[in-house]
Amino acid sequence: MKIADYFDKSMAADALERLIRIREFEDKVHESFISGYVHGTTHLCQGQEAVSVGTVLALRDDDYLTYTYRGHGPCIARGMSVEGAFAEIFGRASGVSSGLGGSMHLTDMALGLIGSFAIVGAGLPVAVGAAITAQRRGEGQVSITYFGDGATNIGGFHESMNLAATWNLPVIFICENNLYGEYSPIRSTTPIDDIAVRADSYAMPSEIADGNDVIAVFKSATTAITRARNGGGPTLIEYKTYRQCGHSRSDPAQYRPPGELDFWLELDPIKQFKDRLVKENVLNETEISSIAERVQNEIDTAADTAARAPWPAERDLTPETYAGSYQTESV
Amino acid sequence: MAMSTYRESVVRAQREALAKYPEAIVLGEDIGAPGGPFKTTDGLFEEFGADRVRDTPISENAFVGAAMGIAVTGGRPIVELMFADFMGVCFDQLVNGIAKHRFMCGGKVEVPLVIRAMGGGGVRFGAQHSQTGESWMYQHPGLKVYCPATPADAYELLTAAIADVDPVIVLEHKALMATKGEVPETVIASDVHIGPTVLREGDDVTIVASLAMVKRSLDAADKLAEQGISAEVINLRVLRPLVMGPIVKSLMKTGSLVTVEEAHPVGGWSGDVTSLAITEAFDYLDTPPARITLPDWPMPYSPGLEDAALPSADRIFDVVTSILSV
Repeated sequence: MKIADYFDKSMAADALERLIRIREFEDKVHESFISGYVHGTTHLCQGQEAVSVGTVLALRDDDYLTYTYRGHGPCIARGMSVEGAFAEIFGRASGVSSGLGGSMHLTDMALGLIGSFAIVGAGLPVAVGAAITAQRRGEGQVSITYFGDGATNIGGFHESMNLAATWNLPVIFICENNLYGEYSPIRSTTPIDDIAVRADSYAMPSEIADGNDVIAVFKSATTAITRARNGGGPTLIEYKTYRQCGHSRSDPAQYRPPGELDFWLELDPIKQFKDRLVKENVLNETEISSIAERVQNEIDTAADTAARAPWPAERDLTPETYAGSYQTESV
Repeated sequence: MAMSTYRESVVRAQREALAKYPEAIVLGEDIGAPGGPFKTTDGLFEEFGADRVRDTPISENAFVGAAMGIAVTGGRPIVELMFADFMGVCFDQLVNGIAKHRFMCGGKVEVPLVIRAMGGGGVRFGAQHSQTGESWMYQHPGLKVYCPATPADAYELLTAAIADVDPVIVLEHKALMATKGEVPETVIASDVHIGPTVLREGDDVTIVASLAMVKRSLDAADKLAEQGISAEVINLRVLRPLVMGPIVKSLMKTGSLVTVEEAHPVGGWSGDVTSLAITEAFDYLDTPPARITLPDWPMPYSPGLEDAALPSADRIFDVVTSILSV
């Protein structure tokens, strides 16, 4: 697969920019956690950026996405305000969820980012529901849902796969197999090595692809999305990838066998893509550095602004709980 | 007004909603072609078709979660849960998902959906098919919880719930399905009273009840009247928001509170109504409030034991005469 078979120069530059933006964003969140701006915990996706970027580039603006507590990747790839995302993670009023959700609940309905779910497997049924809307509306929209290898052991995954397949819904199930469910290696919790085989039990097509190769992701995602758009129903795609950090900010990931991290750092999706862009004469080093520098400045500025943003006021949060009338007083 | 059954009212509210809202769809187990195990969707499939009246697989987690996905993308789903007890299967989607979604999105999202769950005892279905579901659901901010006791309630509250921009759980009672009552020909959703109603006026005691306990309270009131005791019977009707106004107003008149709840002694609405009554009507209370509930064990199957567990009109009568004789 040559880059030029899938991306023209401008798309390639865009893909690189999104990859770098996610990486710089996550690195900045990590840094901000250490300096006290991020509260509680956060779950970062360095190393998994190609999955978010390759899939998002294959979507339409009116498609729907659900994702997980490790969900910054799809959000940033999709174009969520970086400043709004930082502000949310820092708990500020200008956050995309008004400071009420936090790192695990970044949403932006205008971008089709309909929900981030902290309960493992909870986003899949919601994505299936969005696919029901899409199917009824008949305008070719699709729904895409991201989850990890660990999530494929929970009931909600199986129920969602079954419902999607039975009703032939336009939903794409994206499994980011990063080899760990929290601290447990996949082999200790799962009787199979390839998650994709689970689609067979639902008579659903599946594919396994290299989640660190943004072109491979884009190609496989395009196939599944096209299938769904044309009424061909759901697909499960398993992307083999790796998270370079621990499960959450409090996890140093010492359960990893020696050498594993180094092996995967060599396969870093951004490093791979940059090398290929140069080798295949799509972009040169100067163009790449220029993108990287611009994104770095963008991230630094956004984080800085968010860090100085006001806290949400202590107030009655009933309007944020109920959209309609909610009266406990009566005549 | 016309005489209808509770069941017919449930069907009619849904039929009118499917006609009025093109984005409304009905989902549940066996609710399509079969018309529903309790015939609560009878005729809807024939009239509106398979796209809008959908039989789901047995997968409450998936189809209740899907309801939220439908609701946030422009749909208006009405989900039937065959038994309120099955809320256990989709508890996460209801309580961690649907209830909290708008809030966690900073108040920027609306989740217009209805879950109709049929529950309640007295029909010999055993412990896992006999809960009303009230105790499980009413504590969660973000949900609205209605419990229709009469055919008119069933029509009005379900109509209001479907029109609502927020998620509403409507807890229906299986033993009430065949009961008959006067139901308005039509109702405007925004006119529906979201709170308790006084079904019978009285001066000596306030009896607050929900669902199937309402009729038993009215029967007890008849018996009490023969003894010269005038009971005011209030149909709670809405658990969340819990509206104390009419109850406090009643206590200002009667000074005595008895609650009748088809739930276990701890963790149900009667505890909250009682404690709020003490706080808000303290100066008006003449007697310690009494709570009549199920016993503190699961619902037995054997008919005599089940009947003994459910508060009867006679037990309500005995409790009232006992507290008023102090």
